[in-house]
Amino acid sequence: MIINGVAIDATFAEAFPMKATRAIITAQNEKWAMISAQAMTGFATSVIACGCEAGIERVLDPSETPDGRPGVSIMIFAMGGKGLAKQLETRAGQCVLTSPTSALFAGIDGGTRIALGKNLRYFGDGFQVAKLIDGKRYWRIPVMDGEFLAEATTGQVEAIGGGNFLVLAESQPQALAACEAAIEEMRKIPNVIMPFPGGVVRSGSKVGSKYAALGASTNDAFCPTLKGMTKTDLSPEIESVMEIVIDGLTKEDIDKAMRVGIQAVCDLGAANGIKRISAGNYGGKLGPFHFHLQEIMA
Amino acid sequence: MSALTFTLKHKPDQRVDMSPLVCDKLADMPLAEIAALTLQNGKRKIRVDELFSIAGSDAQNIVIKGSFDKLDFIGKELDGGRITVEGDAGAYLGLGMKSGEIEVSGDVGIYAACEMKKGFLKINGNAGDFLGAALPGNKMGMKGGTILVKGNVGERAGDHMRRGNILVEGNAGDYCGSRMTAGTIAVMGQTGRYLGFAMRRGTLLLWNQPQASARFNDCGAHTLAFLPILFASFKKLNSKFADSSAAFNRVQRYAGDMSEMGRGEVLVKIG
Repeated sequence: MIINGVAIDATFAEAFPMKATRAIITAQNEKWAMISAQAMTGFATSVIACGCEAGIERVLDPSETPDGRPGVSIMIFAMGGKGLAKQLETRAGQCVLTSPTSALFAGIDGGTRIALGKNLRYFGDGFQVAKLIDGKRYWRIPVMDGEFLAEATTGQVEAIGGGNFLVLAESQPQALAACEAAIEEMRKIPNVIMPFPGGVVRSGSKVGSKYAALGASTNDAFCPTLKGMTKTDLSPEIESVMEIVIDGLTKEDIDKAMRVGIQAVCDLGAANGIKRISAGNYGGKLGPFHFHLQEIMA
Repeated sequence: MSALTFTLKHKPDQRVDMSPLVCDKLADMPLAEIAALTLQNGKRKIRVDELFSIAGSDAQNIVIKGSFDKLDFIGKELDGGRITVEGDAGAYLGLGMKSGEIEVSGDVGIYAACEMKKGFLKINGNAGDFLGAALPGNKMGMKGGTILVKGNVGERAGDHMRRGNILVEGNAGDYCGSRMTAGTIAVMGQTGRYLGFAMRRGTLLLWNQPQASARFNDCGAHTLAFLPILFASFKKLNSKFADSSAAFNRVQRYAGDMSEMGRGEVLVKIG
């Protein structure tokens, strides 16, 4: 399959079941909602070492938020429910509770309920106040800038992590420009996050390493500087490869995000140095979710 | 199916216990059986059809026509369904109701919605003393649900209240929110003396400045984030509370009752 001169590999991205949650952060203005959201989703690129994968889903209009203020919707993904709950609580406590003018609300109404402000309330040292409004419990926690309002719980749902595609280009600037274009389009899709810095990862990994202590190491088959010294997957003209990883609530959400992302890359096409789109997998033996590139783009 | 309607034939001299006539107890009961139920009337028992003419069949939607202030215990422990009272209601309206809706077109007596657990009670007239309170000797008043009163409420509204909302479009009598443990009482009109007496926790939300009290300490003027959410929850009500012009988030906060644990608050609208 070739789109606008870009070859789409007959391969698939391999993804795994995860647990996910969503929270809504509001503040006096969008600037401070975004600052809080960025802090809460910081250092959360990969479960390998961060404990979770998190990202900003989208900016919310005041008409979409529970308290009518500007807001940001964030999502957190983890391998298990316990880990997810711990990450959510720690991040909410250190990054949202602390952030001026912020308030924190559930982003998922159904699912298994996990603590959002439920335990943060103890920061109130007995001065905290509960309010049950329309069946939802909120905690009002006195803080130095006024009151921190946090919904007691949010929903945890089944989700999928690790959808991905690789952009193979003739130069590093061209690979990055293509990924930036893809991310811009993918951020318009709901229920997905791209957890790596700016949505793009330049250090894709393979399972295993020559060093026994390491479970993962550089994906040498896609490293352009190793073309002459390893079993490479790159043709001579490829000088740079970048990857976009997608976590989403459902397979359909990830399908959609991959489609618009790959399309944006292909729109730049061979004329802008984009030669191939590929994907990372482990032979299909590890992850139950397979995203076949050619099926998605058909 | 038309509403199961009880129309009062005459006004008895003695009080009537209406507690057998609630939706869940009358479900699937033939009219003849309903007519044969007995109601306590003073010290004697009378058949339902001695007091009411009965029409309709939908026991989930009960209408009491010609009601007056001696019909007590209407909607006692109501668990689902709707009761419409045309006229006034006596004491203990909606006592311990668990869910469902009650609407009264006139006034109601003492202890309305006392120890209410859930559901919605709308009173278009005035309510007597101890609205949403605990029964004498009990420690827990209303535990959930919403009471909307279009008129005024008597003394001790929300006494020992534990959770839920009491919304008063008119005035509240003395001791409003006394001994409250939690929950919210909102009063658009004036409040009487001893507001929040021995209040432990909970919120009294006021449109007008109450009488000064040495038992409450001024915590200053604040913009509170939960108020817009609280007002948004009133939007579905057919009430002044649903008007967006009624909503505010800037309040003067007083904490008290300081002679008790002092975690309660009186929030008074600013501006």
